[in-house]
Amino acid sequence: MNWLIAILQITLFVVLAPLLAGWIKCCKCRLQNRKAPSVFQPYRDLLKLTCKQPVVSEQASWVFTKAPYIIFSATVLAASVVPLIAVDLPTSASADVIVMVGFFAFARFFLALAGLDIGTAFGGMGSSREMTISSLAEPAMLMAIFTLTMTASTTNLSFAITHVLNEGLVLRPSFVFALAALTLVAIAETGRIPVDNPATHLELTMIHEAMILEYSGRHLALIEWASQLKLMLYGVLIANIFFPWGIAETFNLQALGYGLLVIMGKLALLAVFLAIAETLVAKMRLFRVQEFLSFAYLLGLLGMLSHIILEAVR
Amino acid sequence: MNIEQLDFYTQAILSLAALVGLTSFLMLGQGRLLRLIFVFAMQGFLLTLTTALAAYSLNNHHLYISAVLTLVLKVIFIPWMLRRQVLQMNMHRDIEALKNNTAVMLGGASLMVFSYYVLHPIVQSSSVVMLNALAVSLSVVLLGMLLMISHRQAIAHVVGFMSIENGLFFAAIVATNGMPMVVELGVAFDVLVAAVLFGIFFLHIRTSIDSLDVDLLNKLHEVEK
Repeated sequence: MNWLIAILQITLFVVLAPLLAGWIKCCKCRLQNRKAPSVFQPYRDLLKLTCKQPVVSEQASWVFTKAPYIIFSATVLAASVVPLIAVDLPTSASADVIVMVGFFAFARFFLALAGLDIGTAFGGMGSSREMTISSLAEPAMLMAIFTLTMTASTTNLSFAITHVLNEGLVLRPSFVFALAALTLVAIAETGRIPVDNPATHLELTMIHEAMILEYSGRHLALIEWASQLKLMLYGVLIANIFFPWGIAETFNLQALGYGLLVIMGKLALLAVFLAIAETLVAKMRLFRVQEFLSFAYLLGLLGMLSHIILEAVR
Repeated sequence: MNIEQLDFYTQAILSLAALVGLTSFLMLGQGRLLRLIFVFAMQGFLLTLTTALAAYSLNNHHLYISAVLTLVLKVIFIPWMLRRQVLQMNMHRDIEALKNNTAVMLGGASLMVFSYYVLHPIVQSSSVVMLNALAVSLSVVLLGMLLMISHRQAIAHVVGFMSIENGLFFAAIVATNGMPMVVELGVAFDVLVAAVLFGIFFLHIRTSIDSLDVDLLNKLHEVEK
């Protein structure tokens, strides 16, 4: 039974991810006074790409053709660790948050390899940029997450969320910092606006798009889907760790349905904030990204400090 | 003392303390003057909120007066005046290139660690829970000094000075439940006068060296190096 719900949760994750991307695009269009495409447009795009025949360069090795499958499955595995509608599921109990970061690193490794594999200038440039950014983002993310895990004294996300849930409303200074740090890292890691622009193929500024420039057809569909999944995953992480109220603790139909509704509401709200932020902020120069991420690291560090000093048991 | 056992107001005050510390860091890394002034006003607003909360939870009525005083002076008047001066001198489009921004930020973080370390013995032996926030206020003072050292614009120095005063005010609220009214009024008046005086100084520096960049003050040497 528990496994069934776990599988259902992962399926929901995978199915809902394009919807979130569509909703963000919709909000952004409204804010910029443009006519918005349908919320379901990402599904149509994915379908269209899947039906098309992929074009692969003659120089491409097996890494290039296998990488999309590896990236997608690693991202799905990472998603299985994060509680979406219910806590205490067997998938999230078996792995902790460090494993999740590991899955991300694995997927990123193959994405960077695939970018290098084909030998174009843009692919290599994108890979090097992606690795630079991720090497700065990962410590910041771990710092933010360690603040939470120190509060809950577990690295398991499911147990940590239960801990926050059972404690009721406690205003923690450290959570303020951890939330800010995790938000900055999420923006950098999912390639949203101040760091990377997901909507453009402008030669000199792209990071994620540069790596996947050579992909087409179903390969491109899988990579796009994986990045949508990653965006949703970070959203769920922020929503469920800091505002876990509404997540199902028992496995009856009512609680699960309520949990689904609540998480969709929370994600929709987060997406609105993201769209507003992306409309207000201009993309920063590539060489300022390290300042951005070192600020995120600083916030994580301050969160940890204020946990130790302001909240520790004496 | 664990944070879950404290009452809601104390938790809120501690969280606000953390946010006040955060605004200090934001000021430290800010190159644009108008945004610096805006963050300064935000710090003042957080301070007002803290004071009002402390007044409510301690049932201490004269703290309301100092909350209003903070609101009027540090959220509205001084930022408005600084902003007007920046606009008048047409400096709002300049971006100050901060040297070693990352190093300054890390220096700020280590100052915060230092102030926690210094205050740890006091905090441990004391029974007042809010004394915890003393560490934050000390680091606000130190970060204000760092802001004055690391920025080159005279207006940024004034903001740093005012944020030092913010830190002291915050310490007074959390540690002693507010200073006596006379002292507080005196300090507020001092700050007001200082702000006005700084405005006059800006004009003078501006007319004599045609800039507010304090590095250019080296030109005042009688012998050219």
